[in-house]
Amino acid sequence: MLSLILLFIPLLASLLLLLTRGNTSRIVALAFTVVQLGATYYAYQVFKEQGFQPFDIQMVWVVKPAINLHFSMDGISMLMVILTNLLLPLIVLSGFNREIKRPHIFYSLMLLMQFALVGVFISFDGFIYYIFWELALIPIYFISFVWGSENRAQVTLKFFIYTLAGSLLMLFGFVFLYTGSPNHSLDWNILTSNPTCNCNQTWVFWLFFIAFAIKIPIIPFHTWQPDTYRSAPTQGTMLLSGIMLKMGTYSLIRWLIPIVPAGTKEWQAVAITLCVIGVVYASIIAIKQSDLKKLFAYSSIAHVGLISAGIFSLTLSGMQGSLVQMLAHGINVVGLFFCADIIFNRTQSYQVEGLGGIRLAAPKFATWFMVIVLASVALPLTNGFVGEIMLLYGIYQFNIWLGAFAGLTIILGAVYMLRMYQKVMLGESLMDGMNFPDLLWNEKVVLISIGIMIFVTGIYPKPILDLTEPAIKLLLK
Amino acid sequence: MNTLIFTSLLGFFCMVAEILNLRKLIGPVLVLGLALIFGLNQQDWNMNQTFYGMLQVDNFSVAFGSLAIFITLLVFILSSEYYADQEHHISDYMTILCFVLVGALMMFSFSNLTMLFLGIETLSIALYIMAGSKRFDKRSNEAGFKYFLMGAFASGFLLFGIALVFGSTGSFDIQKIAEYPILNSQNISPLYYTGIVLIIFAMLFKVSAAPFHFWAPDVYEGAPVLITAYMSTLVKVAAFAAFYKLVSAVFVYSTPHFEFVLNIAAILTLAVGNLMALSQTNFKRLLAYSGISHAGYLMLIILSSKSQPVAALLYYLLGYSVSTIAAFAVAMPVFKAANSENIDAFNGLGTKKPVLAAALSIAMLGLAGIPPFMGFFGKYFIFTEALQNGFFITTIVAIVGSMIGIYYYFKVILAMYGQPANEVKVETTFNYNLVLWVCLAISLALGLYPAPIVNLF
Repeated sequence: MLSLILLFIPLLASLLLLLTRGNTSRIVALAFTVVQLGATYYAYQVFKEQGFQPFDIQMVWVVKPAINLHFSMDGISMLMVILTNLLLPLIVLSGFNREIKRPHIFYSLMLLMQFALVGVFISFDGFIYYIFWELALIPIYFISFVWGSENRAQVTLKFFIYTLAGSLLMLFGFVFLYTGSPNHSLDWNILTSNPTCNCNQTWVFWLFFIAFAIKIPIIPFHTWQPDTYRSAPTQGTMLLSGIMLKMGTYSLIRWLIPIVPAGTKEWQAVAITLCVIGVVYASIIAIKQSDLKKLFAYSSIAHVGLISAGIFSLTLSGMQGSLVQMLAHGINVVGLFFCADIIFNRTQSYQVEGLGGIRLAAPKFATWFMVIVLASVALPLTNGFVGEIMLLYGIYQFNIWLGAFAGLTIILGAVYMLRMYQKVMLGESLMDGMNFPDLLWNEKVVLISIGIMIFVTGIYPKPILDLTEPAIKLLLK
Repeated sequence: MNTLIFTSLLGFFCMVAEILNLRKLIGPVLVLGLALIFGLNQQDWNMNQTFYGMLQVDNFSVAFGSLAIFITLLVFILSSEYYADQEHHISDYMTILCFVLVGALMMFSFSNLTMLFLGIETLSIALYIMAGSKRFDKRSNEAGFKYFLMGAFASGFLLFGIALVFGSTGSFDIQKIAEYPILNSQNISPLYYTGIVLIIFAMLFKVSAAPFHFWAPDVYEGAPVLITAYMSTLVKVAAFAAFYKLVSAVFVYSTPHFEFVLNIAAILTLAVGNLMALSQTNFKRLLAYSGISHAGYLMLIILSSKSQPVAALLYYLLGYSVSTIAAFAVAMPVFKAANSENIDAFNGLGTKKPVLAAALSIAMLGLAGIPPFMGFFGKYFIFTEALQNGFFITTIVAIVGSMIGIYYYFKVILAMYGQPANEVKVETTFNYNLVLWVCLAISLALGLYPAPIVNLF
């Protein structure tokens, strides 16, 4: 029941928002996301009291072909739902004090997106899962397209076609599994307990892998990502990078590995190598970027590459590290893009070269920006550190050389992040008569909450590990 | 049978109304009458009657008949608005439209090849006239003439095929024809095969499948927009239902020979429809090619007729029809205001009329097959059926086709939201909005809960 409530609050909010206008829309959206966050917290408490037993709900939707409304929340799903519902209020709040055209539609789409995301994370029937997966694409397409900046038409269409092409491959995989499964069902339990014959596992693996690799994105399927992040409105970018790409990494754990275990084992080395190449490649490209948003986009590719590599190591620490890092990366990347937005809001520029000396004008902003930068270069005591160490250890267990190679991300990450910070925030101002007011109230709330989360999960990550351990162990068996 | 009789009477009333000076009554009587006929049609559910070995009213004909009547009802509601400024012709137009429906109803319930031929001809001849009904417009004349010439050719094929089948089997009755290859499995006459191939060619023409599709874009483009809406939905429903009935009832015992022909046609249709749609700038041509590509997906159902996928066929056709009619219900007022039928007539509709733009976006998403709309489930059912029957490569072509499809359906959405608005003021009326929202509600409701249709068969 709780999972259904968590699913339908955003949908209800999304419909109600269409009736509001102007500034009320922002407040209504914020109120609903906060209520949703409260409900999530309550669900988490209940979940803990029940000893981490999954919430399970099954209802018949269509008899022939058999499709069940099967929703379930184990530790992994719970963590992803927490991530989604934790970030949404912050994303909504970051739009206060900014000019947004037709805010009621904008926020309505955003909450529709939340509905779809929660749906993806709790669906346990392949068909329902696919529907939510596709549904998530529609609002984000319109958010990026209608409210985006220059070049948006080409960029967003490329994004849409790219990801939909991947989804159709996955659909083909699902249809194939459906025709082959013993009682014609796509239920997660049935699919995982009756894996398809080894002769088919290879190509089914690649169908699903490419679909997820496009969404994550893993190199070489990443070409849609930097441009889309660049041209989408900041809140769209936050949704995309903070939550939506976690759909891909989550699906690797939830669907790809349990459904085609033999295929995964066979192609593990190739997949992990692709991921690690992506980590290093994206880090090097990030060093050369002069556009803030693009720099963060490439750093995001590097981080999720490491997360995916950890997942494909198929070790306990790799998997758990990936989940910790998904949460951490979600929080940090939203913070980074928000900082970029604050800079753009004051200077109308994302260009690293033209900025400088902001610290003198806005010391509070400089402090919190620093905290987020340090967290994303994985300084000890921040949330980035715990996940990254576990991930690297997982990859190291798989292959020592790959582990060492992936470890470069820490050095390269420090290079591009700290260089960026130095050029943008320190030194003398390069702009004549720059007017850079310090943080507004909503910006303070967002950045301080992100800062608190960075330290809390960095110093005390045990609850996350406890939450996910039973589910991961079950998967690895 | 009652359905057929009362629909004909309705058409007859429209004709007489002109003489009796009851022109004002035509609109309300038609809508009311069709609604009654729709109800009457439901009475035949589970009745299974045969009339003199000519017509057979069973659940198949009732289901598709209801769909056809529903489409006609929507088109009639649109037509009272569309023909508002040419009232002196209304009785002619309405009569002819009624007889299109009569033809379609015959095509669903034939149990004798002569009735099939009569049904197709009644439907086609009425549409030849309607395609050319804008008398002073060159394109409309071209459309009518082209449709007539090509259609006459196809009818010739059909008739010749029926004659050859009759020559070899000695009967027009579909059951007897179906039994023929089983009873005479040793010496099947070559006339029989030739006849069936000719019939298949004629049906491929009617459903606008490649390589017999060339008429569709020109005719769709030239015909008045209301007629295009009617043609692209009702004709597709009628032709595919009849085609399915033919294949499943008559040819199923001799499929191995024809599977190959149909398979090649399906792949060609998918490729041609999707690839040619990419470069279109005229909205009606775009929908024509999209219709061809949808014919390609539906061909997969015809191919898998061994496993009786009637529900999938009905579901897909309903989903396709409501999305297409919704698209036209937005396009009609826009075209009228902009005096152009190109995609750029929609430029900036997103800022001028956000609700209309959202509606057209939903229709386009439905056609592209994106959940939660009916188009998605329809495609899913089709792919499953095709895979279960082992049409592996054709399914892959169909999936690639749907990827390409996104691009051209999104061209319309891009125009609405991405282009600066033009000066033209668009005004819609109650009738357009009614049809539009009924269609979208169906597309969403049955997309979320397909059981009512899927469990029919």
